[in-house]
Amino acid sequence: MLTLDHLSLTLGAFRLEADLTVPGPGVTAIIGASGSGKSTLLAAIAGFLAPVSGRILWNGQDMATLAPGDRPLTMLFQDQNLFPHLSARKNVALGLSPALRLTAAEWARVDEAMARIGLGGLENRLPAQLSGGQQARVALARVLLRARPLLLLDETFGGLGPALKEEMLDLVARLSAETAATVLLVSHDPDDARRIAPQTILVADGQAQPPVATADLLANPPPGLRRYLGT
Amino acid sequence: MASRARPLRPGVWGVGGGWVAAAALLLLTLGTTAAVLWRAGAAPLPGAADWVAVRFTVMQAAASAAISAALAIPVARALARRSFPGRGLLISLMGAPFLLPGIVAVIGILHVFGRSGWISQLLGRFGLPPLEIYGPVGVVLAHVFFNLPLAVRLILQGWRDIPAERFRLAASLGFRSRDINRLLEWPMLRAILPGVVLAIFLICLTSFVVALTLGGGPRATTVELAIYQAFRFDFDPGHAAMLGVVQFALCLGATLVALWVTAPTGFGAGLDRPLRVWAASGPLARLVDAAILAAAAAFLLAPLLAVLLAGLPALTRIPASLGQAALRSVVMAGLSASMTLGLTLALAHAALSRGLAGRLAEAAGMLTLAASPLVMGTGLFLLLYPIMDPTSAALPVTVVVNAAMAVPFSLRVLLPSLREVDADYGRLSESLGIRGWTRLRLVTLPRLRRPIGFAAGLAAALAMGDLGVIALFGNPDQPTLPLEVFRLMGAYRTEAAAAGAVLLLALSFGLFWICDTWGRNADA
Repeated sequence: MLTLDHLSLTLGAFRLEADLTVPGPGVTAIIGASGSGKSTLLAAIAGFLAPVSGRILWNGQDMATLAPGDRPLTMLFQDQNLFPHLSARKNVALGLSPALRLTAAEWARVDEAMARIGLGGLENRLPAQLSGGQQARVALARVLLRARPLLLLDETFGGLGPALKEEMLDLVARLSAETAATVLLVSHDPDDARRIAPQTILVADGQAQPPVATADLLANPPPGLRRYLGT
Repeated sequence: MASRARPLRPGVWGVGGGWVAAAALLLLTLGTTAAVLWRAGAAPLPGAADWVAVRFTVMQAAASAAISAALAIPVARALARRSFPGRGLLISLMGAPFLLPGIVAVIGILHVFGRSGWISQLLGRFGLPPLEIYGPVGVVLAHVFFNLPLAVRLILQGWRDIPAERFRLAASLGFRSRDINRLLEWPMLRAILPGVVLAIFLICLTSFVVALTLGGGPRATTVELAIYQAFRFDFDPGHAAMLGVVQFALCLGATLVALWVTAPTGFGAGLDRPLRVWAASGPLARLVDAAILAAAAAFLLAPLLAVLLAGLPALTRIPASLGQAALRSVVMAGLSASMTLGLTLALAHAALSRGLAGRLAEAAGMLTLAASPLVMGTGLFLLLYPIMDPTSAALPVTVVVNAAMAVPFSLRVLLPSLREVDADYGRLSESLGIRGWTRLRLVTLPRLRRPIGFAAGLAAALAMGDLGVIALFGNPDQPTLPLEVFRLMGAYRTEAAAAGAVLLLALSFGLFWICDTWGRNADA
């Protein structure tokens, strides 16, 4: 359970407020117009941006003192999720050991995770030698091994085609269900929310609204969302 | 959204090490300068001859820097966008004159451009008078010869740092050469050129061997040369100290300007694909680039060739003293280069911090430009004199001073790349908990392999060929190779000097080649 307790963020002149709870596990979408502050919210949860005031709690524990890598979460960025000079296998292995010192058993787990996620035979390729979809899979295989209870996706599949994106979203939903993880999915596409997220947080006018049922939200959009959807 | 907000905590590495490195450099530069100042307090104010030296120093450095940078742009551009057999060799050659020990380069330049050099002989056949290169023209010519290739390599690095994806995007948008200029290349050049010009200006302000051999006299004496003369010939440490203060003020002024004008680039990351510029594939553009590259290669190759022709035949009769000096120099160069890399990496990490702390760390790295080696040497001499015979510490002092002297170049090469690695992979590393030494090993060093190889090569070769501090302290029983060559020249043992020059050339290049090749293999 993720709680944003009277959270206030600023970035330059931009200001965002949030006071809400995300019950887990399951996928919750964060939607809103470009520049509304979705990514800023995620950056704060991940530990890249210190709040001006308020707290970010995971299961009641304040995360303020934790460095990004020590938080109970994994974040996937819009791009640059892989190190170009490391093989796919090593990129995945970083999820188990940030120093890349793995036991034989752990390497076996890396290979197993990669095979499971459809990367069998591509272990020794460099990221530049993989397709966009394969690169996304490498990042997801690492998520699987990190096995943190919270997963943050920041428009991660924005660069993929519709079919591939849907495939990746379904994969995320499946991983979330299997590992009982809580997923926050930032997207500018309401269809993403409709597809895998039962609940949605709307970010508009400097406010992150508490999550509501996605179907209801999209069926009866409030004015801010209606403007964005163009309906 | 602005997703480049900083991590909550700065990287742990670098903060400690960076300040240790900065303190060491401060001690070497400001500490020695303070010693000089303390001594110069009792010295006379600069006289008319000293002011003439100041004016000449500034004018020749400005001319050398402007000409080098202007000529380097078309050469770097041609190298960046053409692929042809021998391209790698030509890029290595671009590193050559800068790495060429000053004493060797001067011998080569005299063989080509001197009174009885190749060009003068050619002119003589047409009944024309020979070239006269002693004086201001010779000093600037030699400085352009030394620094044009450095400018090319620094600017080429800038071209490489524009991701190939941007050029691909430009091609897909139907950009003409002009548009690529304006939108991709000019922003890169604007970011990188001020640093290049000022770096060369500073090198020329403190260049010593060129002024020693091609300058001199009232028309062409630099401050650096005047320090040496005051120290060695007039035995007047007070005058040398006063000139040291003048030199320091000159360099400090230029360094402050350098810090003020440099701006970071923001091209982001690409996926390591080779550079292709679609708009420039026409036959005319190819021909122009080929002509530019051929002219540059000829200008840089001729003096090297001249040295080889003069020195190779004498190599079989090499004196034993040269062999010992060579061994001594190689060990010293290795130590110097390792120290340079350690100092630079520590400083560069500290320079990543935002605001004043970062600027201070960068400034500390540039400080060694503001203290010329001869000023440092003078200062160390004055500091050591009461405690011990300075000549007995000549070798360790030379190693340390040479390591410090290479830091600014090495920092210029490493820092922009480190900034990009941090911008591109800092958050990813943080989010995976990759920190400290692990981050250095897994992320930073592999991503920086190319600039690290280049920087290490520079540092080693510069130390190998240095003839500055060692000339000041000069212990005749333990000469470095350049000092021994200089001594043979002074003793009119021309043949042995030429052989020593070839040996020095081979060793300097060998050290650079080993390091740079290691770095460039990152592309393989």
